[in-house]
Amino acid sequence: MISQLTRDERALAMVLCVLLTLFGATLGLVGRDDVLGWHGALLALSGMVLLIVIMSKIYDPDPNPDRVTKYYDDPTKVGVIVSMMWLVFATFVGDWVAWLLVYPEATFDAGWSSFGRLRPVHTTGVIFGFGGNALIATSFHVLQRTSRARLAGNLSPWIVVIGFNLFCLLAVTGYMFGITASKEYAEPEWYADLFLVVIWVVYFVLYLRTLARRQEPHIYVANWYFLAFILVVAILHIINNLAVPVSLGHAKSYSLFSGVQDAMTQWWYGHNAVAFFLTAGFLGMLYYYLPRRAGRPIFSYRMSIISFWGITFLYMWAGSHHLHYTALPHWVQNLGMTFSIVLVVPSWASAGNALLTLNGAWEKVRDDATLRFMFVAAVFYGLSTFEGSFMAIRPVNSLSHYTDWTVGHVHAGALGWVAMITFGAFYTLVPMLWNKERMYSSRLIEAHFWLALAGTVIYVFSMWNSGIVQGLMWRAYAENGTLAYSFIDSVDAMRPYYFARAVGGFLFFLGGVIGLYNIWMTTRMPAVEKPPVYDLPPVVAAEPAE
Amino acid sequence: MLDKHAKLERNALAFVFAIIFVASIGGIVEIAPLFTIDETVEEVEDMRVYTPLEVAGRNIYIREGCYACHSQMIRTLQDEVERYGPYSLAVESQYDHPMLWGSKRTGPDLARLGEKYSDAWHVAHLINPRDVVPSSVMPSYAWLQRNSLKYEDMDLHLAALRRVGVPYTDEMIESAAHDTYGQAKPDSERADAFMERYGEDSNVRAFDGDPGHLTEMDALVAYLQILGRLTDVAHQQASNSTGGE
Ligand code: HEM
Ligand code: HEM
Repeated sequence: MISQLTRDERALAMVLCVLLTLFGATLGLVGRDDVLGWHGALLALSGMVLLIVIMSKIYDPDPNPDRVTKYYDDPTKVGVIVSMMWLVFATFVGDWVAWLLVYPEATFDAGWSSFGRLRPVHTTGVIFGFGGNALIATSFHVLQRTSRARLAGNLSPWIVVIGFNLFCLLAVTGYMFGITASKEYAEPEWYADLFLVVIWVVYFVLYLRTLARRQEPHIYVANWYFLAFILVVAILHIINNLAVPVSLGHAKSYSLFSGVQDAMTQWWYGHNAVAFFLTAGFLGMLYYYLPRRAGRPIFSYRMSIISFWGITFLYMWAGSHHLHYTALPHWVQNLGMTFSIVLVVPSWASAGNALLTLNGAWEKVRDDATLRFMFVAAVFYGLSTFEGSFMAIRPVNSLSHYTDWTVGHVHAGALGWVAMITFGAFYTLVPMLWNKERMYSSRLIEAHFWLALAGTVIYVFSMWNSGIVQGLMWRAYAENGTLAYSFIDSVDAMRPYYFARAVGGFLFFLGGVIGLYNIWMTTRMPAVEKPPVYDLPPVVAAEPAE
Repeated sequence: MLDKHAKLERNALAFVFAIIFVASIGGIVEIAPLFTIDETVEEVEDMRVYTPLEVAGRNIYIREGCYACHSQMIRTLQDEVERYGPYSLAVESQYDHPMLWGSKRTGPDLARLGEKYSDAWHVAHLINPRDVVPSSVMPSYAWLQRNSLKYEDMDLHLAALRRVGVPYTDEMIESAAHDTYGQAKPDSERADAFMERYGEDSNVRAFDGDPGHLTEMDALVAYLQILGRLTDVAHQQASNSTGGE
């Protein structure tokens, strides 16, 4: 991989490693009396390790100059593997915390292992570690193929992949040390947030510069979604994380906003993290890999346009449905509810577009577990967006809010949609990346499919049950007009559901392990004499397209 | 329309600006007015700030992720009001940077927890929840009682909070470390000085039962005991409305 960089690029990479080391050392020094010091040390160490790795290869010969006539897939390869590793790690933690709600004693007498610190390790691990790496990896792949151009940089893709993973590492280790800003899905503290901003700018510039090289006049739909993902996540991230650190030597900061304004900003962020991280980016994936695997073009171009702009516009209004019946002014709650209901239209347009694309290829869906992953993903996408719009209705939300119903909804979206579409995309992508005819084992894909589906169904059904039982118990009145149940009665009632959820989660986790193994074994399959040709090569133009 | 879009698809920069424009509208319409419309947050006279010890306790609440299982926002629904007390008002979290309204109730709401239980109950509960609530699924937090509280830098914390809008005085900031210590050590000079600054009604107690050792438990319990008690306005409003019926 390093041999794909010229010596000049390697030298530049070393400079960046030195900068990273210095940055880490500075943080470590000014934060030596604080937990921040550990993170400084971690960054400095990472910088040094990277430096040594590159140095060991510095005298390797320059790469073949014909590299410009090929797509640049090394960063995607790393992204895919790392993404699956995050999945295994983070669903392991997810299942651990699920068991903790059944057996609360199953923990060590230490802060890092308690539910409250491990839960964000799970959420960050799956959303950013697994989801983020999957998005970055596939976006690089899709961008190049749909533009017929090589990535506009050899070093910058690595800055994105490695930098992003360092951010994830800072985040999850931070929670275990007790570093958290407490905002859901935006828990990392100020220095990690700033670090991510830098990485994200590199990502955005790389994306635009590659688009500028494209040989196709039109920007393909998938790239609209990836662009929206990159742009809007940047806006959300910067605004929601505005904060004043206690000092430059403290990890802790205080959010710029407070109370109602903070709540609204947070859920504007939170809901749109769902929209632009967990939805838009993955729709980008769907719009490329599903038609490719099915061998059919997207059903309707018009529907793609409507759903894209519908989602981009409407989602940003919907965050206040997280704050129904709270101290947030009524007019904002009502706006949030209204837009959430309308949101079902573009969401179903996307899901429908995907399913109609498969129409006529049902025998493939039946026989090919990879395509079936994507089919199920589209179904769960339709299901969870319908459910979401339903839960956004005030009276429904009065029952569902604060209960496991929300958690069930989250995982219908996260397991059923986000994870399934990713598995489908990866199983399509991996043989292309490593130039193999097929995946190592189609039976293992089949096994993964059924484990993932069973796990998801068990998870979601148990949470629907527990959520509705909880919500009904909280509002039940006895005949004499007093509340019928104490809070702990509702906790007792959850036991069987929490148990079932943890079992379902384990099945899902097991599927992930099998997936990682299968992908890894595919990369190690012996090369065949005539490797398959998947793509037309990039067009090397003297002039960029624009 | 399709033709226009086909044009847009050919121009990456135009596409970028279109996305930014379309995506910004919702946030601007919904969030910006919250900072300017006066009615968003009620004005009350008796709203007080968190003491340094309570700030430290709040930071432990955040560090341990208590908000993942406990909300601090009582909705305007009858059963919630009967279970937890008067519904939460915006002003009550005016000084909460960040807010801790929460989104999941694995455990009960804590918005009006203050003085509902004794300090000793809290300490026992945090050391092992199942000692006091046999079927609780809450984790135990025994290490809080073992860890000394780090409080020397509380002045920096208060200064940062002032920068984001909490009205701490210079004097409060300067003596923050002493006040942290004083609030948990009754009958000491520092305790008297603390009360002068924060008022006679502030809680001054050895929250964890051991006045000799300032622990994280002291701070967390001090915070829990103030939840819902920074102002009385929610209770007043509630009794006014029932009184009027
Ligand atoms: C039309 C689309 C959708 C709408 C209108 C919607 C609506 C909602 C509503 C009303 C809640 C509950 C808020 C509360 O009571 O606290 C919620 C929670 C959530 N939804 Fe959706 N949803 C949609 C799609 C999705 C999708 C596709 C995902 C993908 C993973 C998703 C992930 C989440 C998450 C993570 C939460 C939990 C937030 C939290 O409390 O931490 N949603 N959504
Ligand atoms: C093995 C599979 C999984 C298990 C066992 C699992 C388990 C859990 C548990 C126990 C919680 C805490 C719920 C609570 O506080 O009551 C949780 C929260 C969450 N998980 Fe998972 N999870 C799994 C997979 C995933 C995946 C793949 C994703 C995303 C792609 C995901 C996203 C989330 C999110 C966003 C939350 C926060 C929900 C909220 O705040 O309402 N999980 N998960």
